[in-house]
Amino acid sequence: METNFRFTRFTAPIQTAGHCLLFLLRMLAGLRPALAQVQSILQQVYLIGARSLVIIMICGFFVGMVLSLQAINALEQFGASDQVSLLVGKSLFRELGPVLTALLFAGRAGTAITAEIGLMRATSQIDAMELMAIDPVQRVALPRFMAGLISVPLLTAMFNALAILGAVAFSIGVQGLDPGIFWSKLQTGVYFGKDFMGGIWKSLVFGGIVSLIAVFFGYTAKPTGAGVGTATTNTVVLSSVLVLIFDFIMTSFLT
Amino acid sequence: MLETAQQAGRNPGVGTSAAPIIRIRNLVFRRGRNTILDGINMDIPRGAIVALMGPSGAGKTTLLQLIAGQLRPDEGSIEINGTNVSTLSDRELYRFRRNIGVLLQNGALFTDLTVFENIATPVREHTDLPEALIRRLIMTKLNSVGLGGTEDLMPHELSGGMARRVALARAVVLDPLIMLYDEPTTGLDPIAVSTVRTLMRETNDALGLTSLIVTHDVVQVSQLADYCYIIASARIAGEGPPGELAHSKDPGIDQFVNGKVEGPIAFHYTSADRQWSLLG
Ligand SMILES: Nc1ncnc2c1ncn2[C@@H]1O[C@H](COP(=O)(O)OP(=O)(O)OP(=O)(O)O)[C@@H](O)[C@H]1O
Ligand SMILES: [Mg+2]
Repeated sequence: METNFRFTRFTAPIQTAGHCLLFLLRMLAGLRPALAQVQSILQQVYLIGARSLVIIMICGFFVGMVLSLQAINALEQFGASDQVSLLVGKSLFRELGPVLTALLFAGRAGTAITAEIGLMRATSQIDAMELMAIDPVQRVALPRFMAGLISVPLLTAMFNALAILGAVAFSIGVQGLDPGIFWSKLQTGVYFGKDFMGGIWKSLVFGGIVSLIAVFFGYTAKPTGAGVGTATTNTVVLSSVLVLIFDFIMTSFLT
Repeated sequence: MLETAQQAGRNPGVGTSAAPIIRIRNLVFRRGRNTILDGINMDIPRGAIVALMGPSGAGKTTLLQLIAGQLRPDEGSIEINGTNVSTLSDRELYRFRRNIGVLLQNGALFTDLTVFENIATPVREHTDLPEALIRRLIMTKLNSVGLGGTEDLMPHELSGGMARRVALARAVVLDPLIMLYDEPTTGLDPIAVSTVRTLMRETNDALGLTSLIVTHDVVQVSQLADYCYIIASARIAGEGPPGELAHSKDPGIDQFVNGKVEGPIAFHYTSADRQWSLLG
């Protein structure tokens, strides 16, 4: 029994990962071009995507400001502070936008998804669905997962836009940089396909990771208050860690 | 209304002629090393209201889950209307569940949907009825549980008894053959209890259902049930019409039905402790 315990300590995470992937397949198997399904996905895009918009926009704006502040600080030493938009644009579109958006999304929407599904489990709503011969994986998990997948790239684009605005506000508004130089450097030095879309593709993967973990942990939460609490915490912790790990992997392979 | 309905239900002709709608044979169910149910046999005749009683943790909810196909037995068989539930594939099982209505202990209404949409959910999922017809159907069901006019309320705006009745309307909206109730009146006030009790009887007889009710309420059993099973220590400890059970000579049944502290069931609890420590 004891060796068994030591053994399961190592196999349990692998087993969970396997269950998680099977769960993903089970969800995707239910994907159909049915009107009702599209409707419920769109409703979830509103509930979890649109409602994350404000926090994403505020954070984006301030990240843009602080980024340009630091960039100007550093570039000034070489007398190159007019390159600020290049530095801000590249680092933002490639890394900070997708990663920070995913982390914020995990905290704002991932937790909500886990808690909601976990609570449905705890109050036997999931059981009730199964008993009505309605597949809760299709009905509850799939729309939330798809909505996360759709929302995160869109939110990333929004984050990027607001961050550029923040950079404009700081470097042009506060530091008095020439707007013409700012925009022309951004236009010529930062590429739409490689920099901006590269980041958006990453954010699609991040969106998938965060929402898969959120729905899976909610669905498999222990049906008690403490169980739902633990699941919610686990969602934030694990999805944040995985986002950063996948960010490194994808960046090193794709660029 | 209650009286006449009861008499109709107790009509000796009901159910006894046809084959039982639920037939359970040598059912064994284990969780790990713990045997929850051990050799259960039950025959539930068509049209009857059957009560299932027993001390807490005896496995009553588990038995309902087995009948509904949420759990699979380790041994033995459960036949419902001639179909062996335990051998159905997942897909067949889902189709089969349309025959079974379940009222879970807390009602389990979908908290994000209105009363109307709660009841409409199974209808929309399983039929292609036009919206107008769905509306008529749901208003009828809602009126039949005495809650006409509540269709736009959210579940959190309902009292416990109202929620239970909405859940009942939802469970019967597709006209199942069998209704399973898990402690339908626990935690309700006496008036709500008798409303729900009357409704269970009326629904059973009006829709021609068969009902299996898990309950701790001895009065409820004596007023409502045609037949009663008592589960204790993983087995059927006693069965019979409630009137007979009340006067049973068996000390365990006597203790349970008449709520006595002294008796063999206390002994069962202490012996069950060994199982508990194994489980923990
Ligand atoms: N998910 C589970 N995992 C492990 N053991 C369980 C689980 N559910 C129930 N059990 C065990 O099965 C036994 C029977 O549980 P069940 O819920 O069927 O009892 P019950 O008769 O419905 O009790 P109550 O009257 O309190 O509702 C209990 O000993 C319980 O510990
Ligand atoms: Mg129970």
